Amino acid sequence: MDPLLWLLEPLRQDFMVRALLVSALVAGVCGLLSCFMTLKGWALMGDAVSHAVMPGVVIAYALNLPFALGAFVFGVGSVAAIGYIKQMTRIKEDTVIGLVFTGFFALGLTLVSKVRSTIDLTHILFGNVLGISGEDIRQTVLISLLVLVVLLLFRRDLILFCFDPTHARSIGVNTGFLHYLLLSALSLAAVAGLQTVGIILVVAMLVTPGATAYLLTDRFDRMTWIAIGSAVLSSVLGIYWSYWMDASTAGCIVLVQTGLFLLSFLFAPRHGLLAQQRR
Amino acid sequence: MATHTHPDLAPNAERIRVSHLCVSYHGVVALHEVSLKVNAGSICGLVGTNGAGKSTLFKALMGFVRPAQGEISINGLPLRQALRRQAVAYVPQMESVDWNFPIHVANVVMMGRYGGMNMLRIPGRDDHRAVRESLERVELWPLRHRQIGELSGGQRKRAFLARALAQGASVLLLDEPFAGVDIRTERLMIELFQQFRAEGRSLLISTHDLSHITGFCDEVVLINKTVLAYGDTSEVFTEENLARTFGGSPAQLLTSPGLEPLPEPGREPWRSEP
Repeated sequence: MDPLLWLLEPLRQDFMVRALLVSALVAGVCGLLSCFMTLKGWALMGDAVSHAVMPGVVIAYALNLPFALGAFVFGVGSVAAIGYIKQMTRIKEDTVIGLVFTGFFALGLTLVSKVRSTIDLTHILFGNVLGISGEDIRQTVLISLLVLVVLLLFRRDLILFCFDPTHARSIGVNTGFLHYLLLSALSLAAVAGLQTVGIILVVAMLVTPGATAYLLTDRFDRMTWIAIGSAVLSSVLGIYWSYWMDASTAGCIVLVQTGLFLLSFLFAPRHGLLAQQRR
Repeated sequence: MATHTHPDLAPNAERIRVSHLCVSYHGVVALHEVSLKVNAGSICGLVGTNGAGKSTLFKALMGFVRPAQGEISINGLPLRQALRRQAVAYVPQMESVDWNFPIHVANVVMMGRYGGMNMLRIPGRDDHRAVRESLERVELWPLRHRQIGELSGGQRKRAFLARALAQGASVLLLDEPFAGVDIRTERLMIELFQQFRAEGRSLLISTHDLSHITGFCDEVVLINKTVLAYGDTSEVFTEENLARTFGGSPAQLLTSPGLEPLPEPGREPWRSEP
């Protein structure tokens, strides 16, 4: 097929242009956040929060509130629950995370089945960026911009927090605040990412670009640019791919991300597999 | 302002005063009735077994734990106020640092300056100058653009000492600084410590290994939940005190592998080798 046609034909459809723009924005923000998630070692936390926001989204839809509000409350709530149970019992953290987020997720599933008339379960689970409504776009864009601004403003503090929280605290930086700031950003990014790839795969948006970039550079600034770039590229290529193959959009986006990771895993100049074997 | 003319480095001052400090976690006593004093320009060894309360005392000095009782003052100021003035710097154990973190040496040292910056942590001219001076003092300026993991063991230690210098701290808390260092690095570090002492800074060095600190510490605190002995190194290091700190026979302790015998008074073991 003519590559130009491959590129331009889908753009004649309004829904495709909307989907491309929204996903690119969301992917960029999640890509930036994924750098902090990778360095802080919060991948499991990202998985937990993204699942735990589900009941919040369902309740918000049912009550006609902004879905970001519900997601935020349940996202931060799940983390508070994880922290509390861990502190009060002798159960290890990964077990607590596993049991809390599945509990929240199950609550979400049950709620959806009772209020099915207003929302479609598959859209929440697997995303629906091609059919995203005007109101959802507005909210997603707002959330993404909010998260972007917060991450950029507190960039240096967050890097310090990830690198050396003890030093941060000893010089008077409020690490408790940064902890919850990063968690809030995570909850909001999860609900934005949910619009494009759905709850099941949103953790890929929050982890993979950061991991890809981490193998390619030893500088934080470059890491963020590479992560954002690879995330945006993945969502654009993924949407095109899903359009022409008539395949799952979420699946295609995350597959491209995983493909980029594999490339960096194999060919990264210093930390890639081949470079390491040559040594 | 140049790091070596920091106003908090006035001579003849009292750096650390801990009085009747008690700390407990969930009802378990970690420190009981700890009192000690470290003067300006003094190196104090903090010796005890693992779990004796060394790190709890450090946490208390950084304001991380709320004491059940007692008070801490630094440079004559209440702890909170002194911390706000960036008086206390913590030099972490090397095992606790993520050496793969994508950050370079100069940025690590710049983090020492964050406490005095505005909310966005945008460094000014003073901050850049302090970072440069600190890196030059520990002879890492040419390596400032290296990713931290690319440094050798001794260079890594010096990078974190430079961060404490850049912070302008008058009190340095060093957590097991000699763990896993070769003899050359150890000597280099001791030389730096002595320079810091000459500038009027005070160092509190935690260790469970006696052999390192007998030579250059002015004072020693032996702790096990409470202060067992405290004072000039030569007076504190008696067989009886050591037995109380570590349990078992002190003679065994001092001749066991990895421990050098106590040096004779006045002899500095790190200088005795060519």
